[in-house]
Amino acid sequence: MSTLEVRHLVKDFRVRDGLRRGTLRAVDDVSFTLAAGRTVAVVGESGSGKSTVARMIAQLETPTAGEILLDGEPIGRRGRALARYRNQVQMVFQDPFASLNPYHPVSYHLERPLRIHGVARGKEVTPAVHRLLRSVELDPPEVFAAKRPHEMSGGQRQRIAIARALAPGARFLVADEPVSMLDVSIRLGVLSLLARLQREENLGVLYITHDLATARHFSDEIVVMLRGDVVEQGPSDQVILDPQHDYTKTLLAAAPDPSRHGRLRDEVRAELAAQAS
Amino acid sequence: MTDQPTDRPEVRRPARRRPSRDAKLVVGLAVVGATVLFAIFGPMLTQDPRSSDNPVLVPPQPGHWLGTTSLGYDVLAQLAEGARGSLLVGVVAGLLAIVLSLVFGVVAGYARGATDEGLSLITNVMLVIPGLPLMIVVSSYLEVRSLWVVAIILGATAWPGAAVVLRLQARSLRSRDYVSAARVAGESTPRLLGMEILPNLLPLLTAQFLFAVVLSILGEAGLSYLGLGPNGSITWGTMLNEAQGGGALTRGAWWWFVPPGLMIAVLGCAMSLINFAIDEVIDPKLRQAPTAAKLQRKARKAGLDITSPAHDDDTPRPAPASRAPDPDDHKERVQA
Ligand SMILES: Nc1ncnc2c1ncn2[C@@H]1O[C@H](COP(=O)(O)OP(=O)(O)OP(=O)(O)O)[C@@H](O)[C@H]1O
Ligand SMILES: [Mg+2]
Repeated sequence: MSTLEVRHLVKDFRVRDGLRRGTLRAVDDVSFTLAAGRTVAVVGESGSGKSTVARMIAQLETPTAGEILLDGEPIGRRGRALARYRNQVQMVFQDPFASLNPYHPVSYHLERPLRIHGVARGKEVTPAVHRLLRSVELDPPEVFAAKRPHEMSGGQRQRIAIARALAPGARFLVADEPVSMLDVSIRLGVLSLLARLQREENLGVLYITHDLATARHFSDEIVVMLRGDVVEQGPSDQVILDPQHDYTKTLLAAAPDPSRHGRLRDEVRAELAAQAS
Repeated sequence: MTDQPTDRPEVRRPARRRPSRDAKLVVGLAVVGATVLFAIFGPMLTQDPRSSDNPVLVPPQPGHWLGTTSLGYDVLAQLAEGARGSLLVGVVAGLLAIVLSLVFGVVAGYARGATDEGLSLITNVMLVIPGLPLMIVVSSYLEVRSLWVVAIILGATAWPGAAVVLRLQARSLRSRDYVSAARVAGESTPRLLGMEILPNLLPLLTAQFLFAVVLSILGEAGLSYLGLGPNGSITWGTMLNEAQGGGALTRGAWWWFVPPGLMIAVLGCAMSLINFAIDEVIDPKLRQAPTAAKLQRKARKAGLDITSPAHDDDTPRPAPASRAPDPDDHKERVQA
């Protein structure tokens, strides 16, 4: 079974404070394992280093220390090995208004990964783009393929970003707060889309969020981060029902109205059941 | 509220504000276009600019619409030929400046680290060396200066300003999510630069190119006026130089020096107008300036309305015409 393992990951940023230079430890000793078909959630307040973990896994930043293993092998950082890694591990960014190039139409955003990773060539590309658009519930695909990012809503853009991440045929998906920039009313739709795709493609998902409630419902394991440190880590229900660390308790207490969580969970279950049948 | 006739101007309002930008663009493009056409077709329609087979120093008259010089050259013919020379110098120098500023600006901004520091150092050195003296020194060393040599000298000194602007922009674009996303998708560095970053630099590049063209045309005129321009070619600058040498000013031969001077000034203005229009596209703050002014005006009026709501409609207004079509204003009053 394929795994993506993160071991003792550390990231220092050099920061300038006036004339003095210092380092800021954004991530300090984070370890977890993503397995096919399973979800790990990383939860923590703003600035706790969640995005930095995501960017290191997506190879947008180089870890200061620690290692990332794909199927037990240390990952390649350049050339062919990097291309193979990108083929396996993809990322969805937080802000769908920033993650699509305003200059390119939707079709370009989806064609490129298909071509780069040799998923489709020549005449196969357009049908493959349409298939991707349908898989993220953007119908009719011909219409959406021709649109530019600014002609779409936030939810539609995030669906494009998800389709782009799936295009190479990735086995692992890093989703950095995929719904935090979206209107509350459409968050559930995007999250259940992610859940469905995960089930269909047997993806390993790293789900980064502020929201402990959705973390619990969508993930098998929760990692709680505070200022770069992991303060608590374990199976979702255990972390939620029996929090050990004060910070987790604070996060739980700060979480929105529990009755809404119940409703959310029921809605998700209903929707997933409807899709499964 | 929506069906009231006062709301109709709301639709028209943005359309009425926009012409200011479009007008700049249209006027600028029209003048530049006309100059280019003049440069292309003018020399075909006028006589040989180097033929002195004409009466000497005659003022504008049929046959010599812009008069002749003290050597009997037809000024209109020279102006047309000079348009070719000046535009050629400007465009070649502008292109060279843009290519250099792409290397020293965009590549530096994208690469960061040591590459950035090296390239930025060169840019900064070039930036502090004053351009005109450098051009004068280089030009006076070269005995033979063709149009191309002058263009290259001008282009090689016109780029650092653009490079600084482009570097900052490239740095900011580089850290945009869509560039990161394209990297995660597996795009190569050249493609990231060419397909993700460059398209979003296009308005800025166009503006910098036009600026470099204007700068180079002016620079060429300056060099030529000092007698350091291209030898053997005619440009507006060499015309001015000859007018100076021929004593056009003291002899009152205004038709000799006014046309090339005016062409330079008008072309420079036209390109600047296009640049202003582009700037408004690049920088939304400039575009919103009229809106901000309107908001301020509204706030002021709202304040006034609160103090005297009853007499509102009787109070004389300095500009009733501009006030009437503002439906938002009306709404506010209703709420107050
Ligand atoms: N490129 C960088 N250079 C310097 N410091 C950085 C850089 N990127 C992140 N940081 C710092 O690292 C810390 C962690 O940032 P990170 O973006 O990972 O937080 P986060 O948990 O994703 O927060 P949020 O929930 O707001 O997205 C912050 O203090 C941030 O200022
Ligand atoms: Mg973040």
